[in-house]
Amino acid sequence: MDRSSQTRSRRMAPFVAVAAAAALTLAGCSSSSGGKKSEESADGASAGKATTPRMTVALVTHQAPGDTFWDIVRKGAEAAAAKDNIKLIYSADPNAGNQANLVQNAIDQKVDGIAITLAKPDALKDVVSKAKAANIPVVGLNSGLSDWKSLGLLEFFGQDETVAGEALGNRLNTLGSKKAVCVIQEQGNIGLTQRCDGVKKTFNGTVETLNVNGTDMPSVKSTITAKLTQDKAIDYVVTLGAPFALTAVQSVSDAGSSAKIATFDLNKDLTGAISKGTIDFAVDQQPYLQGYLAVDSLWLYKNNGNYSGGGEQPVLTGPAFVDKTNVESVAKFAANGTR
Amino acid sequence: MSMTQHAEPAVTTPPASGPKQTDGRTAQRPLAIRLLARPEVGVFLGAAAVYVFFLISAPPVREASSMANVLYGSSTIGIMALPVALLMIGGEFDLSAGVAVITSALTASMLAYQLSMNVWVGVIAALVVSLGIGFLNGWLVVKTGLPSFLVTLGSFLILQGVNLAVTKLVTGNVATDDISSMDGFDQAKKVFASSFDVGGVQVKITIIWWLVFAAIATWVLLRTKYGNWVFAVGGNKDSARAVGVPVAFTKISLFMLVGFGAWFIGMHQLFSFNTVQSGEGVGQELIYISAAVIGGCLLTGGAGSAIGPVFGAFMFGMVQQGIVYAGWNPDWFKAFLGVMLLGAVLINLWVQRTATRR
Repeated sequence: MDRSSQTRSRRMAPFVAVAAAAALTLAGCSSSSGGKKSEESADGASAGKATTPRMTVALVTHQAPGDTFWDIVRKGAEAAAAKDNIKLIYSADPNAGNQANLVQNAIDQKVDGIAITLAKPDALKDVVSKAKAANIPVVGLNSGLSDWKSLGLLEFFGQDETVAGEALGNRLNTLGSKKAVCVIQEQGNIGLTQRCDGVKKTFNGTVETLNVNGTDMPSVKSTITAKLTQDKAIDYVVTLGAPFALTAVQSVSDAGSSAKIATFDLNKDLTGAISKGTIDFAVDQQPYLQGYLAVDSLWLYKNNGNYSGGGEQPVLTGPAFVDKTNVESVAKFAANGTR
Repeated sequence: MSMTQHAEPAVTTPPASGPKQTDGRTAQRPLAIRLLARPEVGVFLGAAAVYVFFLISAPPVREASSMANVLYGSSTIGIMALPVALLMIGGEFDLSAGVAVITSALTASMLAYQLSMNVWVGVIAALVVSLGIGFLNGWLVVKTGLPSFLVTLGSFLILQGVNLAVTKLVTGNVATDDISSMDGFDQAKKVFASSFDVGGVQVKITIIWWLVFAAIATWVLLRTKYGNWVFAVGGNKDSARAVGVPVAFTKISLFMLVGFGAWFIGMHQLFSFNTVQSGEGVGQELIYISAAVIGGCLLTGGAGSAIGPVFGAFMFGMVQQGIVYAGWNPDWFKAFLGVMLLGAVLINLWVQRTATRR
């Protein structure tokens, strides 16, 4: 084989492909169904705009990049900021030490308020007292239900993961389930473990946990399939995130199992699956509400001295159940990526 | 252990010359030992050991449908482990392989959706993008002479950030929109993510693709000039260049081959799950590299085979699913995985040593 001609043909390959793509485009290769064109152009929530002086709020979370859940929290915070004439500074790092540095960064910027998640409360203790020393109000959201008061936070918005798990366990009881499997997509994550523990607490049947590799969907699919094959008695698969529930649908059919699927957290594909009946129900902790309330509360505190929960009680945003009976009212908001 | 264990010469190379070489030991060297000297035989025995172990300890593994599931899990690792292994034989490796899969899936999905095009337009565009990423990785490695560890660490981070930022910018969310109702989806699903029935067992098409790709890769490595080039540039780049091997072309094309694999698996994920989350794929590169190393590819390059990584990926899939089939305590999952894999690699190493000692 002549080497130079092979080199040339190799190098030509991308150009041929580009040309082919262009040709297909020109040939009117548009899709008649689905796609952007068919998507409704719906606006997000908008409730006028405050005329109060501009203030700055920092929202610092323990989000891992590319997680749909945190994207919804952030959208809620942005909506509140836009309404309240607030400049929102969003930052996140799953590493607790780095998260503390980001809070310090916000203090250095002399912001008017800080909203934080307390996934690892001990690591944030010092920096929270620094913020208080600098007279910056701090509120908590999402995780840290048992620690926000001892750290001296003004108020807290979120769901008690254990309570949410307990609610799901109770629901499984009423549905007559005997054996459930709780799928953890991130081994060692405390919030996820609490959810499964909550289910265990109230559920009359037996619950087994199953760890899957959450960054690799094909392996999530085959691991759940394996579990359903190994234990034919499982009648409910409980997942802890919307994308994993959708994958579990395929596992159930691959394993020839008759298990139903329940999940924590929502997204727009999941609402479709609930109305179709392929997924039974979801426990929603309303992440949009958490982000929105956290930012809005700082505006209220600065402009009217209010604080929700009176500094004594957390404000719970969940567990709200979404099932076939109420999915239609939720679906259009989920389509915008806000529920 | 010999460091230059080329796949082909391993069988034909006469035993190390010693004072007693003329006494007929060459003839006495049993076939079994000669077979063991091949790099893929160690991993084959390791995989067989793991398989038998789970066959005994996990009853569901004995069913054909379970084996189909194990093979499916192995195939999505294995299809990527093949080009990753070829690249390692060629003396380089690619840390961006895990997130590159997601980049490809995101490209295809968003392009088709946003422009409301037939999904095949997205599929072809994603192929171009994936090959382009491979080309850039290879070109940078060849032109700068930097270690591929550094170059692909850079592209790993870039792709991770771009995946997230562009998806957010384009869709307003961090996951893509559902494309399952669009034109061409069903066709593409047939190619990349369908399954068919064999005696009542649902077999995923990725298993077939995996074996086809492995067969092609084996043939290319052992029977073509290009295969010799791959071993040569991985063994010793300078002497390869001196005897007229096009080093730059070989290396760049190997990186592009990884791009092709990323595209294929990316398309499988897209058409299997309809949407893609932009944060996925991180950490997968190490699994692909592990499968290749377990499969007998040396981290130093110049040695290995294409069939070895097939068993390497099988071992990974077998252990991963076998633990679940056995119903063991899931808290120990990762630890089990690590111990079994280390054990398998040690068997592999021991076999190689025993076989090549004489």
